[in-house]
Amino acid sequence: MDFRLTGDQRALRAGMRGLLAARHPHERLRALADSPSPDGPRAPDPALWRALGEAGFFSLRLAEKDGGVGLGMPEAVLLFEEAGRALLPGPLVATYLAAGLVPGAAEGGCVVTALDGPGAAEHLASADAVLLLDGPAARLLRTGAGGAPRALRARPVRCVDPTTPLHLVRQLPRMPDGSDAALPIDAARMRLEAALLTAAQQLGSAFRTVELAVSHARRRSQFGRPVGSFQAVQHLCAEMLVRAELARAAVYAASLSMEPDEPAEIAAAKLLADSAAVRNARDCLQVHGGLGFTWESDVHLHLKRAWLRLRQWQSSIDSEELLANTLLCEASHIPERLPANDATDVLDAENVTA
Amino acid sequence: MDLTLTGAEEEFRRRLRAWLRDTLPGLPPEPPADDWPARRAYDCAWQRALHDAGYAGLHWPPEAGGQGATPTQHLIFIEEAERAGAPYVGANFVGLLHAGPTIAAEGTAAQRARWLPPILRGEEIWCQGFSEPDAGSDLASLRTRAVRDGDSYVVTGSKIWTSYAEIADWCELLVRTDPAAPRHRGISWLALPMNAPGVTVRPLRTLAGTAEFAEVFLDEVRVPATHRIGAENDGWRVSMVTLSYERGTAFAGEVVACRRTLARLARTARANGRWDDAVLRRRLGRLHAEFTALWRLVQWNVSEAAHAARTGGDGVPGAGGSVFKLRYSQARQELYDAAAEVLGPESLDARQEWTAQRLSSLSYTIAAGTSQIQRTIIAERILGLPKGR
Repeated sequence: MDFRLTGDQRALRAGMRGLLAARHPHERLRALADSPSPDGPRAPDPALWRALGEAGFFSLRLAEKDGGVGLGMPEAVLLFEEAGRALLPGPLVATYLAAGLVPGAAEGGCVVTALDGPGAAEHLASADAVLLLDGPAARLLRTGAGGAPRALRARPVRCVDPTTPLHLVRQLPRMPDGSDAALPIDAARMRLEAALLTAAQQLGSAFRTVELAVSHARRRSQFGRPVGSFQAVQHLCAEMLVRAELARAAVYAASLSMEPDEPAEIAAAKLLADSAAVRNARDCLQVHGGLGFTWESDVHLHLKRAWLRLRQWQSSIDSEELLANTLLCEASHIPERLPANDATDVLDAENVTA
Repeated sequence: MDLTLTGAEEEFRRRLRAWLRDTLPGLPPEPPADDWPARRAYDCAWQRALHDAGYAGLHWPPEAGGQGATPTQHLIFIEEAERAGAPYVGANFVGLLHAGPTIAAEGTAAQRARWLPPILRGEEIWCQGFSEPDAGSDLASLRTRAVRDGDSYVVTGSKIWTSYAEIADWCELLVRTDPAAPRHRGISWLALPMNAPGVTVRPLRTLAGTAEFAEVFLDEVRVPATHRIGAENDGWRVSMVTLSYERGTAFAGEVVACRRTLARLARTARANGRWDDAVLRRRLGRLHAEFTALWRLVQWNVSEAAHAARTGGDGVPGAGGSVFKLRYSQARQELYDAAAEVLGPESLDARQEWTAQRLSSLSYTIAAGTSQIQRTIIAERILGLPKGR
């Protein structure tokens, strides 16, 4: 057992960080946030999408004979963590899931978004294809660029996250519909992968907001000393790190034990990473004071993206209910050892078996 | 990233499981919590059994009489012992996790030979004399004085929150040997015999109603200078070794136990109808996530410690232990708060196991460094924020 990252994994992560620094620099993120107009920069940017494809981002888990990189879920998690850290916009998870199913997805040559039942779809207008998950079935809607909103009768909404265009879809189109095709894949498995990779992005954001808060708390001076020397601020930052570290342990462990019949690890990872991303962004905002409430600061971009990702693939309610139910299954494997209190044994009710 | 076990580790687990399966049924029943002599006898007998089977001092170095096991093997031991329902370390806690490792790391050959074998064989019990009535979180302000007189120190002062003081043979004692030096540099570490003239133990009753710890009064107690571990006035550094141990893997077994408690809570809630309450159900679901992640965090910290040990470090859990301890102590309290929700009015019965645990869990955010101290450690030592005043 050695839970630490291997040298190769650290190099992979560093490579991704370097790629994003070059191709998705901070100025680009700000430009996306500041001018979400047709004239402004586009997300996903086709050149960046292709660069990600070339780097193997979308094809990481495809076998090498299928044009992939042949690496595992832990490596995918590390790359998606970096994407979350840099607030890289785009339907990254859906395009990743579509690699090998949609020609061009693996190479970053096309953009694929997804819908898990009716709800919100990101980057729908830029999508060449939409992955539709509907209960146990998965199918593909090929629309060509720009055709998806109409095909799905989607209503555009101004997304709270200014770097993510969003559409609401009230109903999935019915199955026999010329342009879509059933996919020979396991939708449940796909949801698990999607939840874990979304959790990885939340994790990256959660660690990034710790850095932003700490760096601000060291620089900003009040009452003649850095605000980071005040316990009230220090302890906010400490709790942020605890949340991020706990989420990391859960996310990395889940990537190692990806078993479709053991969804609890992934639910724990998604739940804790969602909490870490949202709550860390909130605390980061608090540490920044008035500056944190401005558009100019990056903090709100992290918070808004975290809100978006929290709603995607497995909401906190879904995760908590799933985790509660797996507890009951576990309980049935534990030998009966009741609370040591013979006088008031609440378990003497008739339905003891869970 | 790899959570699989090596062949040797699997073999270690297999043999341990077999030994636990053969040994545990032969143990006498657990003594009542308030019968201290019986608890001592029970805990010592278990330690002796571990010793005879080659499991004593698993994580201690071989030259200290330990098994030189890797941190991973130690973790396997903790996990398997807890799963099998083996006795806890109990009264041997300070000896095995504090005083022993300190003597192993800092003591002379003679000191190791005197104190370590009886700890490993379960023959001598240690307690800890660190905190004082006026030195809690600010431990370095401790005032218990030790004045050199020939071959001895003469020690006067008082210690507090001393667990197992009533049944201990020895006390790892921090004393001030140089009142003029800067506060961290005038402290020494002494092995105090608890039966020495001038030692008075006064049990303290906890809010749970039990006498888990005590106050220890020291009135001109003579302690031979050969009982000092490490150099005179170097006791602060010497003692830090033990504190890191406590914040590292000391609670790993409890995380396993908490996960099982959580499953039992679910089963109880299902049986008494509380499971239909979505708020409570989701609360249990979230706790499931927390304890799953805490176990993974233990594995993360152990991997870090194992790496440090392989590359010449001491294998002592570092500041990462503070992250774990901070979250674990809080999660444990949330667990037993949730248990009270599951039990409903039954939770007001003080004899309820979960109610007793709820009460004792209140100490977790205070003992071994309060949550506030842990946050300051994380902020200043891990995050590098400027020191507060």
